[in-house]
Amino acid sequence: MAKTAKISSPYAARIAARGHFRTLRLDTPFQPRIDALMKRNDWYDWGGYRAANSLWDEELEYFAIRSQAALFDISPMVKYGIEGPDAEAFLNRVTLRNVSKLKPGRVHYTAWCDDEGHVLDDGTLFRLSDERFRLCCQERHLPWLLDSAIGYDVSVAEQTEAIAGLALQGPTSFAILRAAGFAGIERLKVFDLADFEHQNGTVTISRTGFTGDLGYELFVSAELALSLWDRLMEAGRLHGIRAIGYTALNRARLEAGLIVANADFSTAEHALRADRVRMPDEIGLGFMVDLEKGHFNGRRAIEIARKNKKLRHILVGLEIEGNIPADHAIVYHRGKKEVGLVSAAGWSPLAKRNIAIASLARPFGDTVTDDLWVEIYALRELKYEKLMKRAKVVPRPFIKLDRRTANPPADF
Amino acid sequence: MKTWDAIVVGGGHNGLVNACYLQRAGLDVLVVEKNDWVGGAATSRELAPGFLYSNCSYVCSLFRPEIMRDLELPRFGLQVIAYEGGAVFTRDGDYLANYRDHDAHRREFARFSKRDAEAYDRYARDVTRQCRFIQPLLMRTAPDPTSLRPRDVGELMYLAKKIWDLGPSQMAETLRFWTMSISDFLDEYFETDVIKANFSISGIIGTALGPMSPGTAYVLLHHYMGEVDGSVGAWGYARGGMGAITKALSASFQASGGTIRTGAEVDKVLVRDGKATGVVLANGEEIFGKLVVSNADVKRTFLKLVEEKELPDIFLRRVRNFKIRGSSGKVNIALDSLPEFPALPKDSPCYRGDMHFTDSVERMERAYDDWKAGRWSADPFLDMMIPTTLDPTMTPPGKHFMSCFVQYCPPKVEGRDWTDADRDAFAETVIAQIADYSPGFRDRIVHMEVRTPRELEAEVGLTEGNIFQGELTFDQLLFNRPVPGYAQYRSPVGGLYMCGSSTHPGGGVMGAPGRNAAAEILRDLSKPTRHMSPAHDVI
Repeated sequence: MAKTAKISSPYAARIAARGHFRTLRLDTPFQPRIDALMKRNDWYDWGGYRAANSLWDEELEYFAIRSQAALFDISPMVKYGIEGPDAEAFLNRVTLRNVSKLKPGRVHYTAWCDDEGHVLDDGTLFRLSDERFRLCCQERHLPWLLDSAIGYDVSVAEQTEAIAGLALQGPTSFAILRAAGFAGIERLKVFDLADFEHQNGTVTISRTGFTGDLGYELFVSAELALSLWDRLMEAGRLHGIRAIGYTALNRARLEAGLIVANADFSTAEHALRADRVRMPDEIGLGFMVDLEKGHFNGRRAIEIARKNKKLRHILVGLEIEGNIPADHAIVYHRGKKEVGLVSAAGWSPLAKRNIAIASLARPFGDTVTDDLWVEIYALRELKYEKLMKRAKVVPRPFIKLDRRTANPPADF
Repeated sequence: MKTWDAIVVGGGHNGLVNACYLQRAGLDVLVVEKNDWVGGAATSRELAPGFLYSNCSYVCSLFRPEIMRDLELPRFGLQVIAYEGGAVFTRDGDYLANYRDHDAHRREFARFSKRDAEAYDRYARDVTRQCRFIQPLLMRTAPDPTSLRPRDVGELMYLAKKIWDLGPSQMAETLRFWTMSISDFLDEYFETDVIKANFSISGIIGTALGPMSPGTAYVLLHHYMGEVDGSVGAWGYARGGMGAITKALSASFQASGGTIRTGAEVDKVLVRDGKATGVVLANGEEIFGKLVVSNADVKRTFLKLVEEKELPDIFLRRVRNFKIRGSSGKVNIALDSLPEFPALPKDSPCYRGDMHFTDSVERMERAYDDWKAGRWSADPFLDMMIPTTLDPTMTPPGKHFMSCFVQYCPPKVEGRDWTDADRDAFAETVIAQIADYSPGFRDRIVHMEVRTPRELEAEVGLTEGNIFQGELTFDQLLFNRPVPGYAQYRSPVGGLYMCGSSTHPGGGVMGAPGRNAAAEILRDLSKPTRHMSPAHDVI
C-alpha cells in the first residue's frame, strides 16, 4: 500500500511547499476536466489561477447560460471560513448588512468597509449553520478579518485552495441537479443553501449565481471536485450542459447589473490615488448599510458622509442608443461637461439593448439624469469611429427573469 | 593658458552626468579624476585576471531613465539586466524568497504566515503611495523655504499643494512615514520575523542606523523608487559591471566633445575674491575654469579642497556636523565555480538576485549595536549577489564574481585607525557567514578584495566610506541637504557648485544630483536647457 507522506510539523509543511515557484499559475481542482474541453487555449489569471476566458466559442458559451446550462469553475474565488460563538456578532461588526437577519441555510450579498467607510470588497456570505459562515470574495482580506476579530470568540480560516467551487447557471440547471440525484433540490429558494451527499462527503449547494438567471453554486472539498464535475456533466448531457469561461459569464453579469471589484470600483486596499476609493452609497451598495444594528467598520464615516452630503459619486445603469458597446467611454452632460466613466458595457442579447454600468459624479446620475451622453471611440480597421450617443439612466438589473426566482424552479 | 568653461572635480557618475549636460549645452568642460580610471563608486575593475569587479556600488535601479535618454546611454553601450528574485536564508535551513510574480510572492509568504501573505498588498499600496509622492521631487531643485524669490515660493507652493492633495489621513501617514523606523513601520503590517527582516533590508542599506532607528522607513523608500527599463521597483545588474554606467557616460561626454583627465588629483579649488577660478592638482599644476563643480562629498569639498577662510563659519560648522558616517564595507570575491546553497533549490531564480542571511530584525539591530561600540558586526548583515549568473561578460566561462555589501562596519575601530589585521578579521566574519550556508564556499575563492571604510575613503574618496555621501535622514533631505540655505547646488563661493550625492535627492547611482546641478548652473549662465528632459510624469 502506498503510504502518503505525512506532514508532521509546520516546518515540514513549509519545506514541502517550497517548490511553488515552478508553477506561477495554479490549476484548480477541476483543471483536468477543463483542460480536456479547452480548445482555444484562452487563459487568464484569476488570483493566481489559470482560468478560462473561453473554452470553445464565447458566443455559444454565453447562450448556454441563457438557453441551456453553463458550468463555470469558481474555485479561485477567495473563501474564508468564519466560525465560533461570536461569528454572527463579528460579521455584524465587519460587514454592512445585518447578519442577525441571515438565517442558517441562507446566503446574502454584502460588502465591507475600512474605518473611513471605503469599500474593501463585496462578496457573498453563506450562513452554513448558526456559528459557521463562509465569506466569498474577489480580493484577499485575512489581516483585516483577523484584526477585526480581536475581542471576538471566532476563528477565521483561509480556504481558497481547500474548497472547490462550481457555478451551474441557466434554465436547465435545476433539471440537471435533480437528474444528478440531489434529492430535495427543488426546495431551495433563491439565496437558500443546503448540504447534499456526494460520494463519501457533502456538497453545499446554494441557489445563487452571477448571471441573473436560474442557477446554483456548488462547493466541495477539493478532493471531491472531479467526481462532482463528472456527476453534473453526466446528468446534464440531455439538458445541454456546457463548460464556459469568463467572457460569457461577464456578459451575463452585466445584463444582471452586477458589479465586479476592481473593474467597476477600486477596492480601498488597492487604490493608490486618494480619490479613487468609494463608499457603499457611491457604488450602488447603500442598500446594504444597516444603521439599525450596532457599530460596524466604517459606520461613523458613512453616517457623516450621508449627513454632510459628501457622497461624490454614484454608480448607475445606462441604456445607450444604438448598438456599439461603450467600454470605458467618458460620460458627458449636454455633450460637453465630463461627468463620469463607463466601467462595463455591451450589447445585451436578452434585453436587446446597448447597456452599460457607469460611475458618475453627483449630482449627475443622481438628481440630474437628463441630457447624458457617452463618447464612444470604436476602433475599426485602424480608425476611431467617434460616436456621441445619448444615454439614459435605467434601473439595474437590465434583465429580470421570472425563472430565476420561480418556486419550484421550472423544469426545462 | 586655457580657461575651461567648467571644471568638474571627480569623475563619479554624478560628475559625469553633470559634465555631459554642461558639455551638451555648449560649454567646454573638463573632468578631473584622481584615479587612473573614471567611475568613482560606479566602476568595473579587473582585480584578478579575467575577473571584472563591481567593487563599490553593485546594482542599478535608481538611475533616472530621463538621464539615460538625454545622454543616449543605451547608444553608448549601457544595458541593465533586471534580477529575478531574492532570498533571506533562515537559520532553520529554509529561506524566504522574493519572487517577481505577485502570486508566487504571496504563496511564498504564506509558507511562513497566511496572514502576512495577504498583508503584502496593503503594504505595497502604502509604500507605493509614498514613492509616488516623493518621486516627482527627485528631478527638481528643492525650494529654499526662507527665500521669497518667486521661484522658491512657486516650488514651495507646489510642495504644499502636493501635501495638501494627500488629504488629512494620508498627510499624517506621510509625516509618520518620513520619521519612523522601518521596524515600527513593518510591525503595522507583518508578524513574521523573517518577513520583516526581508523588508528591513532596504531601510538600512548604506545607513549608519539600525532598523529600529527613527528615519529608516524613508531610507526604504529611497531604494524603492527605481526601475529597470520601466519595470518599476526592479533592481538589476549593469552588463559588464557598474563601470558600464560610467563607461557609457564617459563615452557620451567625449562624443559631445568633453575632455577627461585621469590620474589628476585635485588638491585645492582656486578662489579669488570669493570666486572659484580653477583647481590646483596634487602635482601643483593649475587648471583654470570659469566655474568649478565638485562631485566630491560636501565634507571633502569644503573641508579639504577649499580654504576655510573663504567660507562663512555657520556654513563650515554645518558642513563639519553633516552626518556622513561610514557604516558599511564591501567584500568582493572571484569564484572558481558557482557556490551551492543546499537550502535553495538548484532551479531557484533567487540565485539570480540578492541573497541575505539575517533572518530577524533583532539580529540586524544587534549588528548595529556592534557598530555603535566601534566594532564591525560579529554577525554582519550581507547583501550578497552573484551578478555573473545573469552577466557572463564579467568572468571567464564557468567562473563567477560575487559582491557582498557588508553592514555594519565602522569608520574607525574602537576609535583607532583600521589595520590590515582588522580588515582580514572583518572579511572573515563575512566568509564564515556565507560558508555556514554554502558548504565548500572557501575552496571556491580565487581572489578577494576587502574594502572597509578605510579603503573606500582612500580609494574612492568617500568620506568615512559613506556610500550616500551623507545620511538620508529627514534632517538632511530636500532643502536641508547638504546644509540649509545651500541646497540648490550652489555654495558660499561664487562659481563653485556641488553635484554629488551630498546634495538633493541624495545617494545611490541615480544621476539626479548631477543633472539638477547642471540645470542650476545653466540657469545661472542663462543657457537653454532644452536638452534636458523634464521628469517623467507620475499620474
